[in-house]
Amino acid sequence: MKEVGGYLTPDGRQIGGTLMEMRNITLRFGGLVAIEDISFDIHEGEIRAIIGPNGAGKSSMLNIISGFYTPSAGEVWYKGSKRPAMKPYEVARMGVARTFQNIALFEGMTVLENVMTGRLTHMHAGLLSQAMWWGKARAEEIENREVVEKVIDFLEIQKIRKTPVGRLPYGLKKRVELARALAAEPSLLLLDEPMAGMNVEEKEDMSRFILDVNDEFGTTIALIEHDMGVVMDISDRVVVMDYGKKIGDGTPDAVRGNQAVIDAYLGVAH
Amino acid sequence: MAILAEGAEGLRSIPALLRRNAEEHGADPAYREKEYGIWQSWTWAETEEEIESLALGLLDLGVGPGDFVAVIGHNRPCLYWAMVAVQMLGAVPVPLYQDAAADETEYVLVHCGARFVIAADQEQVDKVIEVQAACPQFEEMIYLDPKGLRKYDHTHLRAYRDVQETGRRLRGELGAELARRRAMPGYDDICVMLYTSGTTGKPKGVMLSNRNIIETAKASAGFDHLQVGEEVLAYLPMAWVGDFIFSIGQAYWAGFCVNCPESPETMMTDLREIAPSYYFAPPRVFETQLTQIMIRMEDASALKRRLFRHFMAVARRVGPRILDGKPVSVPDRLHYRLGEVLVYGPLKNTLGLSRVRVGYTAGEAIGPEIFDFYRALGINLKQLYGQTEASVFITQQPDGEVRSDTVGVPSPGVEIRIAENGEVFYRSPGVFVEYYKNAQSTRDTKDAEGWVATGDAGFIEEESGHLRIIDRAKDVGAMADGALFAPKYVENKLKFYPNILEAVVMGAGRDRCVAFINIDLTAVGNWAERYTIAYASYQELAGHPSVLDMIQGHVEEVNASVAQDDMLSGCQVHRFLVLHKELDADDGELTRTRKVRRKIIGEKFADLVEALYGGAESVYTETEVTYEDGRKGRIKATLTIRDARVVPVTRGRMAAE
Repeated sequence: MKEVGGYLTPDGRQIGGTLMEMRNITLRFGGLVAIEDISFDIHEGEIRAIIGPNGAGKSSMLNIISGFYTPSAGEVWYKGSKRPAMKPYEVARMGVARTFQNIALFEGMTVLENVMTGRLTHMHAGLLSQAMWWGKARAEEIENREVVEKVIDFLEIQKIRKTPVGRLPYGLKKRVELARALAAEPSLLLLDEPMAGMNVEEKEDMSRFILDVNDEFGTTIALIEHDMGVVMDISDRVVVMDYGKKIGDGTPDAVRGNQAVIDAYLGVAH
Repeated sequence: MAILAEGAEGLRSIPALLRRNAEEHGADPAYREKEYGIWQSWTWAETEEEIESLALGLLDLGVGPGDFVAVIGHNRPCLYWAMVAVQMLGAVPVPLYQDAAADETEYVLVHCGARFVIAADQEQVDKVIEVQAACPQFEEMIYLDPKGLRKYDHTHLRAYRDVQETGRRLRGELGAELARRRAMPGYDDICVMLYTSGTTGKPKGVMLSNRNIIETAKASAGFDHLQVGEEVLAYLPMAWVGDFIFSIGQAYWAGFCVNCPESPETMMTDLREIAPSYYFAPPRVFETQLTQIMIRMEDASALKRRLFRHFMAVARRVGPRILDGKPVSVPDRLHYRLGEVLVYGPLKNTLGLSRVRVGYTAGEAIGPEIFDFYRALGINLKQLYGQTEASVFITQQPDGEVRSDTVGVPSPGVEIRIAENGEVFYRSPGVFVEYYKNAQSTRDTKDAEGWVATGDAGFIEEESGHLRIIDRAKDVGAMADGALFAPKYVENKLKFYPNILEAVVMGAGRDRCVAFINIDLTAVGNWAERYTIAYASYQELAGHPSVLDMIQGHVEEVNASVAQDDMLSGCQVHRFLVLHKELDADDGELTRTRKVRRKIIGEKFADLVEALYGGAESVYTETEVTYEDGRKGRIKATLTIRDARVVPVTRGRMAAE
C-alpha cells in the first residue's frame, strides 16, 4: 500500500494517514454495472462525503465498504492491509459501524436497549453466562452500559432513554441510530443519508452532532448525502459519483467548481 | 441578642457552615446528580474537598477578595460548589439566568464588573465570548462541560477539572492563604449578589449579606423543622433567590442533600426517582402537572375514569381536613384510606410527590382548585410570599393553617406593615443590604428604618392574621366609573382552565375590561386531536372557531364567578381575543420568571387593544418575534375578536371603601 500522509484542513485540524482505500472497485449485478472502476481513499479523522444524483451508485459503494456487497473487481484496503471478502459482522468487528437510510431500529425496544445492541461486537461472554447474569456477563454489561450512557449523554437523548423507539418522531430515531453506531466505538463510521427527510432544524442538529463526533472522538466519518448544502458545509473532502462513475474528488470548493459535477447535478444538453 | 452579632452559633458564612457539616455529617450525602443514567453522590466531606480544590485553583488564577464571579448554567453540583468556592476566597458569586439572551448577560457582566465567569457548557461559553469585548474587566472563563470546546482559543478559557487539579497540586503552597481568606468574611459582608429579573426596567443587583442568608435559613428551617436527611430537587434557576436559599442557605444550615437532575428535560423523571421530602415549585409547574393528569385521565379507560372521579370527590371533601388535623368521621377516613391505596398513592408516586413533607408554592397566586387538588391528595402544599430583597421569606403558612387565598403569617423575625394605599411593607433580618451601584433605587425601596416596599397591595385578615395579596400595587387601579380594577384576580381565574396558558386583562381607566388569551398548546392540541380538528400551526389552532368557542365558554364562566365578588365585579371581561403567539420572555413580554409585563404587552400590541375597545370583529396584525438564537422574524395574523357574555351587576358604587 502506498503511504499517503495526512493534511491540514482550512480550520486547522490535522488529518491523519489513509484509513481505507478503494482500488478500482467495480460492482456488477448481472449485466448492470452499478459501480465502474472507482478508486478513492478515506483518511483517518476526516469527514468524507460521497455524493451524486439518484442511482449514481452511492449506496452500493457504502454497502461495499460495510461488507454487505463484495465487489466484482477491485480491492478494499483497510488499515494498511488488503481486506478479504468478509461478512458484514466481520467488518463490524474490525471497527466499521453504520446507520441506514431507512431507519433500521428495533421499534419495540427502548432507546437504551437499541443503543446497547451497538455494543454486541464488544461482548464476549457465553450464552450461559449471559442467561444467568453472572460473572463475566455481568461485568461486561456494566462496562458496556457505561459506554452507552456516555453516548446517550453526548447525543443528548437522556430524556428518551426508556422510551420505546416506535414512539419517537423521525428525527429522534435518526439520532438513536447514530447513537447505536457510536456505541460500537467505530474507527470508521458510515452514515447513509443521515439528513434524509429532516426539516431544517433537525438537519442543523444532526450536522452539529456529526461534527461533534468527529471532533470529540476523532472518528473518521464517511457519509452519503443528497443535500448538497449540508455536505459542502461539513465535509473535508467529497467524492462525486454519477452513473456508477467517479466524476469528481476533492475539497468542497474544488468539487463545486468542477464542470462535470455541475453538469451531473443541473443536467446538460447532450 | 449578642449571639446574632457574632453570627448564628458562631457560623458567619456559607464556607463556615460547610466546615461544620463536613465535621458533623461528613458521611451524609450533600449532593447527588444523575449522570450517565446513574445517581452519583458526594458526601459533605467529599464536597468540602471538591470546593477547596476549586477555591485553590481560583486563588491561583487571581480571584481576589470582593471580586464578583459570574456563574452561568443549569443546576449542577459543580456550579453550586463554584459559588461556595468563590465565597471561600472572600469574593462574591453572581449567578446568572442561563436562558438570558446575550444582551441581558452583557448588561449584568458589565454592571457587576465580573473578572471571572464560570459557565456550564458551550452554549454559555459562546454567549460570554460574544459579549466579552464589551466587558473590559473580563479576564478568565472556566467551563464545566468540554463538549464542543476543544478547538476554542484557550488563552482565557480553561476547564473546571483543570482548575481543580491545579488547586489540588498547589494545596501546600496556597493552603495558608486560603485559610486566611476563609476566616475573613464578617457577618455583614456580602454573601451573594442576585439580579432581579425586573418586571420593569433593567435588572438590579440585590446584595445579600451573610447575615441575611444565614438568619433567614435558620429561621425558615426552624419553621418547617428541616433537618439532615431532607431531600430536595434543585431544578429552578440558580440565579433565582429561592434556589439560593433552598439549595444553599437552608441546605447548608440544616445539612440536607441537594439533588440535581440529569438535564432540564428529564426533571420529571428525576423528581420521581428522588421523591423529595421538601419541594418547591412555582404554581406553573403544579398547573402543568394537573393539566397533564387531566389529559391522561380523559384518555384512560371508563373504569379508571370513574374510579378517579369518585375518589377525587372523596379526597376534595376529606383530604384537606385530614392534613389540617381537623376531625373526620371514621367512615370518611376509611374511604380516604381506600382511595390512598387505589388512586392517591399511585398518582403521587407518578408525580414524584409521595414523600413530600413540606411543599411550597410562590411567585404567583395559585388557582384555588389547583391548590386544593394537591392538598386533597394529602400533599402538604403551602404558600409563601417572598422577594429577592427579603432573602425570600416575608410570610408563609404554618402547617394546619393552609388556605389557597392567603399567603400566610409573617415568617419568624419579619414585621409587616400595610401602608395607607394598601401597599405591603416589611422589615426583617433578611432585608437586603443594597442594590449594587444604584443608591437611588435602594432609597426608593428601603427607608432609613429598614422598611421595604413590596410593590404589592394586600391586607391582613382580621380573624386569622394571614396576609392576603390582591395584586401588584401599581397594577391595581380604578376603572372609568371608579370601580376597583385588579387584573391578576381575573387572570388567575382564567388560567385555572387547563386550556388557557396565560391571560392579560386590561381595563384601568376604561369603562370595561378586555383580555388577551394564550392557549395551552398541550391541552388544546390534545383536545383538537380528540375532536379531529386539523391544524398546521400554533397560530392556526389559536384562531380556530371551535377553540374560540371553547375559550369563550371559559371566559363567560369566569365572568359569572367574578360577578359574585362585590369589590371586583366590574372586572368582568367584555371582549377578548386569542393571541397568535405565545407570550415569551425572549420577546420581553414575560420576565424570566414568567411574570406578565403588562406595560410592554400593552405597548407592543397597542393595535390589538384598540381593536378590542373598538367595535371591529377582527383585526390584522404583524408582530416581531425573537428566536432563541437572537434572530428576529415577523408573524402576521388576522385575529377574531369575540364578545363575552357578562353578568349585569347593580353596583352601589364601590362597596364600603
